[in-house]
Amino acid sequence: MRTVLYLMAALVVMGLAFWSYQENYKTRDALGEVRSLHAQIGANHERLRMLRAEWAYLNRPDRLSDLAELNFDRLGLLPLMPDAFGRVDQIIYPLPDILPIIIPIEVNSAPVARGEDAL
Amino acid sequence: MIRTPLRPLARILKARERGEDTHAIEAENLRLRHEAMRDTSRLRAEGRLLVLGAMFAIAFGTIGMRMGALAGSTPQEPQAAVRGNPIIGQRADITDRNGRILATNLQTYSLYAHPQDMVDPVYAADELVKIFPELKLDKLLADFSGARKFLWIRRQISPEQMQAVHDIGSTGLLFGPREMRLYPNGAIAAHILGGASYGREGVASAEVIGVAGVEREFDELLRDPAREGEPLALSIDLTVQAAAEEVLAGGMSIMNAKGAASVLMDLHSGEIISMVSLPDFDPNNRPHVLTTGDQSDSPLFNRAVQGVYELGSVFKIFAVAQALELGLINPDTMIDTKGPLQWGRFKIRDFRNYGAQLSAMDVIVKSSNIGTARIAMEIGAERQQDFLTSLGFTKATPVELSEAPSGAPLLPRNWSEISTMTISYGHGLSSSPLHLATGYASLLNGGTRVEPTLIRRATLQNGPRVVSEAVSTQARDMLRQVVVRGTASFGEVAGYEVGGKTGTADKPKENGGGYYDDKVITTFASVFPANDPKYILIVTFDEPSENSGAEPRRTAGWTAVPVAAEMIRRTAPLLGLRPQVDTSEPIGVTLTSN
Repeated sequence: MRTVLYLMAALVVMGLAFWSYQENYKTRDALGEVRSLHAQIGANHERLRMLRAEWAYLNRPDRLSDLAELNFDRLGLLPLMPDAFGRVDQIIYPLPDILPIIIPIEVNSAPVARGEDAL
Repeated sequence: MIRTPLRPLARILKARERGEDTHAIEAENLRLRHEAMRDTSRLRAEGRLLVLGAMFAIAFGTIGMRMGALAGSTPQEPQAAVRGNPIIGQRADITDRNGRILATNLQTYSLYAHPQDMVDPVYAADELVKIFPELKLDKLLADFSGARKFLWIRRQISPEQMQAVHDIGSTGLLFGPREMRLYPNGAIAAHILGGASYGREGVASAEVIGVAGVEREFDELLRDPAREGEPLALSIDLTVQAAAEEVLAGGMSIMNAKGAASVLMDLHSGEIISMVSLPDFDPNNRPHVLTTGDQSDSPLFNRAVQGVYELGSVFKIFAVAQALELGLINPDTMIDTKGPLQWGRFKIRDFRNYGAQLSAMDVIVKSSNIGTARIAMEIGAERQQDFLTSLGFTKATPVELSEAPSGAPLLPRNWSEISTMTISYGHGLSSSPLHLATGYASLLNGGTRVEPTLIRRATLQNGPRVVSEAVSTQARDMLRQVVVRGTASFGEVAGYEVGGKTGTADKPKENGGGYYDDKVITTFASVFPANDPKYILIVTFDEPSENSGAEPRRTAGWTAVPVAAEMIRRTAPLLGLRPQVDTSEPIGVTLTSN
């Protein structure tokens, strides 16, 4: 009986040793992965920062006002002035959606007359 | 093993035949047996000792080897978990109140040289001068051929320059990573941001430290790893700041002024939405501090915070408001304005004669020095001093700039009765435009003290009460009347009820002895919208002169007021303030489609 117990204990110790060995290496792998992920995050973050800085630089007020002036013919942008505020009754109501066509009318000829749309 | 018997029968029998003693045989055998036993046990013991010795040798050898390895290798902390964020090593960004970047970092490279590793130093020097024209060829050649083992060539270089240096192909030219502070908006908000430079620097990295403004004031905070790179949000609004700078720069050139400053402040929270000082500079390339002459002529000088001036009539509202608060007068009380007012050897005059008396309201509207001085005489020096202290005029502003302590107001050495009289109309006490903004904000927000701040705050300031709400409203109405029918008639902006007070103060001569005749500081302190005050705007010009007329006009009404009005016209919509337009027909809902 005692021998069996001793044997069992020895087996358990060996099993635990094997398990802890495995865990140790798994942990090391995970740590390595975390480190490489951190490096990646760092690199991406660096890139993000660079892009943000570039965005801020391209959107600097001086440049935007220059661009607005250059493209005045096309865009007609002016500094925001008090008259840019409107009243709620100056806004039109949304147009109702076009109803579905239930009775289609066949059109097989060219527009009848100039200036008139064919139905 | 066959055991040898102690008394072998054959030998015993033979010995008995010969009559010999058989015990000798037995003893002999016993001896032999003992010897054999001794030999085996010795052998075993020796073997055991050998094993033991080997074990000890291995054990000690292992320990010794491990100790040697530990001693010979660089120490490393055993790691059971990866902690911390690797991103946070950098200086935090600075943003405006809406998160737009005002200052950020950029990864660049520095260029340094190891002359001893160079194959062809002359060629390298030649090519370097082509890339960086500001380098001197003969100096580079002397450095490369001398005894130096290391020299910096450039602290930071652009990627294009880096590629060009790579293309030289010299083994002695090396790059080190370097963080660079970038202010993407250029000169906008330059005085607030200040600037940064390098502290301790090595080949692998360099410390970025703030040298002025917010960068210096919050240097520790910006570098604090515990914040994990969280940006510092200022109360500044980038768009408003840019518009204010544009308007003020335009105004400064029209008015031929030497300098200008403006402060736009939220009067409930004390947040500074925009603060401009002109001339300004580019914080990416911060100019050097002047070594000679007056520091206030340097573009680095922040006129809004550091520039303490006698601001003139804008102070009158404080005297009148205090008298209202003390119950000495009400807006309709008639004040004696017969001039000139003689006090000892001093004579106080008005810009023009306003007759024998004016109501307290009109003293402000017409800006009567005599009337204000008479009100101040009733208040007295001590009460005036206490009141101005409660508005923050006796100490440097607590704004979060490293230059703020240098903007301490200049107070009269002896707060006598004549000082009281002159201070009531803004002479004899020098303060910065930011002081004035703080004073106006505290007076007009309903009467509670606010502290100016550059940091975005979600909460309102609930400071101690300075004046009652009724007095605050009366002061507001008076300021509104100044614009409607007084000295600031150019300040009217359609849709925004502007109230304000002008101030034109002669500049004191630098070496003492009176005031200049043709050099003034003009100020317009305004509040808008006057019916529900939200913002305070201070505009100050240094030595303006408006030359469109027959003779130069230097009063605030002609210089500071129109610029302030334009600034309100431009910035109020950006602040989301809707113009209040009187509509003749009632606003109804009309179906406009179909």
